[in-house]
Amino acid sequence: MSEERLSLGKDLVGLEHLSAEQLQMILDTAEPFKEISERRIKKVPVLRGKTIVNLFFEASTRTRISFEFAEKRLSADTVNISSSGSSVVKGETLVDTARNLEAMRIDMVVIRHGASGAARFLAERIPSNVINAGDGWHEHPTQGLLDLLTIRDHRGPLQGLKVCIVGDILHSRVARSNIYGLRTLGAEVAVCGPRTLMPPSPEEMGCTVFTHVEEAIEWADVLNVLRLQLERMEGGYVPSLREYNRIWGVSSRRLEAAPRDILVLHPGPMNRGVEIDSDVADGDHSVILNQVTNGVAVRMAVLYLLAGGQPEKAEAAKQGAES
Amino acid sequence: MPLQPAFMTAPTRIHVMSESEVRLAVARMAREIVEMNGGTDGLVLMGIHRRGTQIAALIRQEIEEAEGVELDAGSLDITLYRDDLEVVGPIPIIGGSELPTHGVDDRCVVIVDDVAYTGRTARAALNELSDWGRPRRILLCVLVDRGGRELPIQPDVTGRAVQVLDRQRVEVLVPEVDGRLGVELLQADGGES
Repeated sequence: MSEERLSLGKDLVGLEHLSAEQLQMILDTAEPFKEISERRIKKVPVLRGKTIVNLFFEASTRTRISFEFAEKRLSADTVNISSSGSSVVKGETLVDTARNLEAMRIDMVVIRHGASGAARFLAERIPSNVINAGDGWHEHPTQGLLDLLTIRDHRGPLQGLKVCIVGDILHSRVARSNIYGLRTLGAEVAVCGPRTLMPPSPEEMGCTVFTHVEEAIEWADVLNVLRLQLERMEGGYVPSLREYNRIWGVSSRRLEAAPRDILVLHPGPMNRGVEIDSDVADGDHSVILNQVTNGVAVRMAVLYLLAGGQPEKAEAAKQGAES
Repeated sequence: MPLQPAFMTAPTRIHVMSESEVRLAVARMAREIVEMNGGTDGLVLMGIHRRGTQIAALIRQEIEEAEGVELDAGSLDITLYRDDLEVVGPIPIIGGSELPTHGVDDRCVVIVDDVAYTGRTARAALNELSDWGRPRRILLCVLVDRGGRELPIQPDVTGRAVQVLDRQRVEVLVPEVDGRLGVELLQADGGES
């Protein structure tokens, strides 16, 4: 009981610098939180009295709602701010917005922002806990964590599992968080997609590269299919959605050729008939809705783990803590 | 924590209850519970993680053998209901809570823990139970009552009451965790569990 307790520190900016033990701790903590969402009264008082601001500078449905459910099920008070309709459109800087919120005595900020590094920038400037809900092309750590949890639920320990991320790797913060988390936990990671949507050297991140989706399917235990952002077509990265589907699309015909039972993930929102076919999305391989359910549990775990943390006081309190 | 001379750092273990004494106490507690409930109708045992669940299992076995019935059971992990998270920091959630198969509404729920001390664990368990429903009655049952209450909460059924100093620690040993059954007193503080 007296050994140093593992902690996440003040913020969750990305998975890149987390240790295997820290990742494992988050996933293990998420397990009991799953059950709370199945209760009739889906609420525990652990964050009672905490004020959390969800600061969303980019559009988001799933992530914002998932965070909000997680916060509410832990009894925190929440405020949602989106860039439209806030003073951000009047030209206020990110730091000024945050300092004004701090002046109203908040405890945590969940931030989504279009600029890579926005979460770290904020975390270094305010005393509140900061959770990154996606920053530019950098990271989307809670999405990475819920993917890890979903894979672990269905395929056991991640050590040695073969996971291939398919699609737009270059612009994807989901891909980055997945790669860091999976690699740290000992999975083999591959990426697959058009050359135009690949980072310059994925090998440096420890990834195998497949140029054909068929090869990826033959190799992998798990496919994480990324959304093809429609802007990419206008940007000239892919010739047409139809062609993308024909070459890179995950279809049941392609999955049938796989040597083993493949697990299919997708972070949403899906473009049915582009990166993933409807019969795959709704079929037996798909765990896409499990991901959404796990998202709430993982975010509850992160909020819980960041909220306590005053280790210097812990020792003193432990004296009288037993029973 | 005050500095201690070297000879005091190894915790001395003082015997409080042997395995057979624990078993006798459990048998008596089982009878008291049945008596307080006027039979086994609607009786549900819920142990508090971690050692409370083991004690609850022993009591349940005792009641089931004596009365020839099968009892519904559940467990409580009160981590998320603690009032000292701010101070202690997040604590790993060990068991997760398990609701009894038929819920807690309108039943006689017996909360079982190993040691009664400050009363804060029982307070947390009461809050958690009320989030789950509205029991007809709630009883608190502990194997050892060591005194030192900080809240006005008293056990209804007690295995043994002992007088101990603040720096002493009562340890209930259960086979599933410690390899044996018994109760011991740990003398020096700072001893590992």
